Amino acid sequence: MAAIVTDARSADAVPGTAVRHSSALVRWGLVLAAVAFLGLMLILPLVIVFCGAFEKGWQTTVAALTHPDARAAIRLTALTVMIVVPMNVVFGIAAAWAITKFHLRGKSVLVTLIDLPFSVSPVIAGMVFVLLFGARGLLGPWLGTHDIKIIFALPGIVLATTFVTLPFVARELIPLMQAQGRDDEEAAISLGAGGWQTFFRVTLPSIKWGLAYGTILCTARALGEFGAVSVVSGHIRGETNTLPLHVEILYNEYQFAAAFSVAGLLVGIALLTIIAKSIVEWRMQRSVRRDVDGGPAAQVASDDIGSEQ
Amino acid sequence: MKLARSGRRSVIPGFHLTMGFSVLYMSFLVLIPLSTLGLWAGRLSWQELWTTFSASRTLAAYRLSLGGALIAAGVNALFGLLIAWVLVRYRFPGRRILDTLVDLPFALPTAVAGISLTAIYAPTGILGGLLDKVGIQAAYSPLGIIIAMTFVSLPFVIRTTQPVLQDIDREVEEAAATLGADRLQTFVRVILPAILPAVLTGFAMAFARAVGEYGSVVFISGNMPGRTEIVPLLIMTRLEEYNYAGATAVALVLLVLSFMMLLAINLLQAWARRSAPV
Repeated sequence: MAAIVTDARSADAVPGTAVRHSSALVRWGLVLAAVAFLGLMLILPLVIVFCGAFEKGWQTTVAALTHPDARAAIRLTALTVMIVVPMNVVFGIAAAWAITKFHLRGKSVLVTLIDLPFSVSPVIAGMVFVLLFGARGLLGPWLGTHDIKIIFALPGIVLATTFVTLPFVARELIPLMQAQGRDDEEAAISLGAGGWQTFFRVTLPSIKWGLAYGTILCTARALGEFGAVSVVSGHIRGETNTLPLHVEILYNEYQFAAAFSVAGLLVGIALLTIIAKSIVEWRMQRSVRRDVDGGPAAQVASDDIGSEQ
Repeated sequence: MKLARSGRRSVIPGFHLTMGFSVLYMSFLVLIPLSTLGLWAGRLSWQELWTTFSASRTLAAYRLSLGGALIAAGVNALFGLLIAWVLVRYRFPGRRILDTLVDLPFALPTAVAGISLTAIYAPTGILGGLLDKVGIQAAYSPLGIIIAMTFVSLPFVIRTTQPVLQDIDREVEEAAATLGADRLQTFVRVILPAILPAVLTGFAMAFARAVGEYGSVVFISGNMPGRTEIVPLLIMTRLEEYNYAGATAVALVLLVLSFMMLLAINLLQAWARRSAPV
């Protein structure tokens, strides 16, 4: 007991440093357990993908990645991302602006609705579009007579991907813009700036890191989505196969080296994603800290909210 | 922060534009498609629903999905708490890399996770081989499904718990220690109550994610009806048979469950905000 008290004092003497009062044995035991779990669950699968990719030599890897079907899958995935991500970025900004810059009731309902796609199973996300546009869906017969293809074609893939990635940008921007308040925009407007000018000159610079963060997550999910796209794609080689679906086809055909080569490409992108994400996170923390240190703006904003109630 | 309502109108423009666009966008992409499922469900007779849910195949799929997700979320609650603690409280080489890597399951396409985990836990894989020797089948069994579900829902508890742990006032712990509490007592009586809402929020998020997970599970599960078939796969099978009514019946309960989880997560988050250390 005495030792603990002494230790607590020594930790007290150096505020902010690591806790000194758990024994070294416990500390290293816990660190080891955490590292072992993460190593087993996260690092091992990564290593296995790269081992599988280069198992039959790098020529096989290159051949798998340059195969016409693989190239078509890369093109389709890129196209999908280029359509879906900008749409969800615009939606995220619009929703965050509507929710945070005005007084309105029922904000929390809207915020909850935006989160809805995250809690719906990806298979259901794809399925609802089949029920709507599929051959035997509600609008299926009408689409059939007008020769419009949505399911088993690009529009279906875009719709399903948009559904599952819809919340990413909005849910990042809403808390951020809520915390920043409305004062800067109100000041700009009263000084004569137009709406768009205010957005581009005042709002955008202050949300850019949050926006980047949401966009990175949205992009990663859009290019990796499997379940929802799998339902609506129809798996037509060279036409409606995205990269993750291409991995599945190769795997099911026992072309393991090729499957892991394409998977390796996706792992590379995933690693870049989490690195970009932590860089943005670091920049965000720094800019928040600068705001807090340079205090008056944040202080005034919170006073303003207090006085309005 | 409370919602403030005041008499004066905002001088900021763009309300109609942004609100109108957001509501339309949400309606066309999420609300109308989802309500199609309700429409299809409305056409089902009680007879059809009963047939679907008394079928042993449906029941087995639900038992497996719910049970597997519960175990996966439980494992993640335990290890998530441990990992969050280690990442916040201790300094050791490689800590920042591990911290960054925790987000990997969010960034990695689920199909990639699926084939990689299968390669590891199949009888021919490095860990699957070891487990096989002691008589445990990992891939193509419920255990494999739990492993995949654990992988995809791994970051939730860590990411909800980390910031709360960071904010706990060290003085409170020191006070407990000075008053004679040992480390375990301090943890159970002082720290755990403070982080419990965050851990439970993460648990609920992990469960919701694991129940609906498809991509990583289909590779490792083996997909045997009645034994290793999860609910999303059963829905997929019905859709591929063009049996939309059957698919709707199975999906309905899963969707209602998702709504309930969303509500639970919201309530837990509100609780977490209230009990957050100031």
